Amino acid sequence: MEARASLFTVVVGCGRLGSYLANKLSLEGHSLVVVDIEETAFDALSAEYSGFRVEGDATELAVLKRAKMDKADLVIAATGDDNVNLMTAQIAGRIFQVPRVLARIYDPGRSEIYRELGIDGICPTVIAGDVFLSAYAESVPRTAGEDQS
Amino acid sequence: MNIFIVGGEKLAYFLSRTFVSKGHRVTVVNRDRRKCERLARQLSATVVWGDGSDVRTLEEAEAEAADAVLAVTPNDQDNLVICQLASSRFRVPHVLALVNDPDHEEVFRRLDIKATLSVTALIATLIEQRAGFDEVVNLLPAGEGKLNIAEIVLKEDSPVAGRTLREAALPEDCLVAGITRRGEPIIPRGPTVLEPGDHLVLVTLPASYGPALRALVGEEE
Repeated sequence: MEARASLFTVVVGCGRLGSYLANKLSLEGHSLVVVDIEETAFDALSAEYSGFRVEGDATELAVLKRAKMDKADLVIAATGDDNVNLMTAQIAGRIFQVPRVLARIYDPGRSEIYRELGIDGICPTVIAGDVFLSAYAESVPRTAGEDQS
Repeated sequence: MNIFIVGGEKLAYFLSRTFVSKGHRVTVVNRDRRKCERLARQLSATVVWGDGSDVRTLEEAEAEAADAVLAVTPNDQDNLVICQLASSRFRVPHVLALVNDPDHEEVFRRLDIKATLSVTALIATLIEQRAGFDEVVNLLPAGEGKLNIAEIVLKEDSPVAGRTLREAALPEDCLVAGITRRGEPIIPRGPTVLEPGDHLVLVTLPASYGPALRALVGEEE
């Protein structure tokens, strides 16, 4: 396994999730480009972040070319707009032939569309919700939960 | 036909009105509640409030019964997803997407949405090629922009007025495909004499459009 190989990753959307991923990947020594339509979004990148920043609309081909998406090993579409994520992920996979594409599912009700369009979607809301529920289940005394049906 | 129009207010309104007047069934989908209320009052169409790029909305609107879906929201990404869903999930035979970014015509095509309308490209072509020629009354790019179809009115001072089509010395890669003269349609041949007032339907390659136009209307002032 080439676990230590440096990946070139394009992260689309520099909100809470995008900036978190970019900061972490950058610390691990990967090369990165982060794309966001709002210049102020890049304020969320840490002082240690050593990648590039591209300001622009990620559904625009010209912007994605500037971000060198055609050279990427991994693209993460992490904006807060499901349709932007769906479109960017499809451009990455089908037009730029990026080998690995991941997309954030913003609205859990839309996970089906991601599947339908063949996109690997991850829904932070569902993951966080399940963690809450299991934390709650663990905190409730066993006997109280068992007799009620 | 059962036509779905997703997004857009004014455009949805006028498109629906046109389709309804021609006897088609129309369903309008919009995610803005107040726009839906206005459209419902003004139109004799089914109006569905919801996000047209969401499976649940399209199910509620019974999109599987649609013959055509037109996605006319102001956002290209929304129009793409609407058309993809309509086509892959609801098996709608005809989908058409409005695109703002002219590069998206190609992007959409590669993502299986073949029918797009780029307003930017259309307006740019119209302005560029019409400027200076008030004889050109209509122009549309066809065949993915590789052919131009233009309608031109011949004026009194046209260099070809009174000459036959053969004598008109039109450039290569250009064809006068039809003429309407005082409302009567003519399919012209070489010996057809061109008259002032004739409406010519001109088919050209984009590169020969300028030379053809100059041959028909004379040099630009």
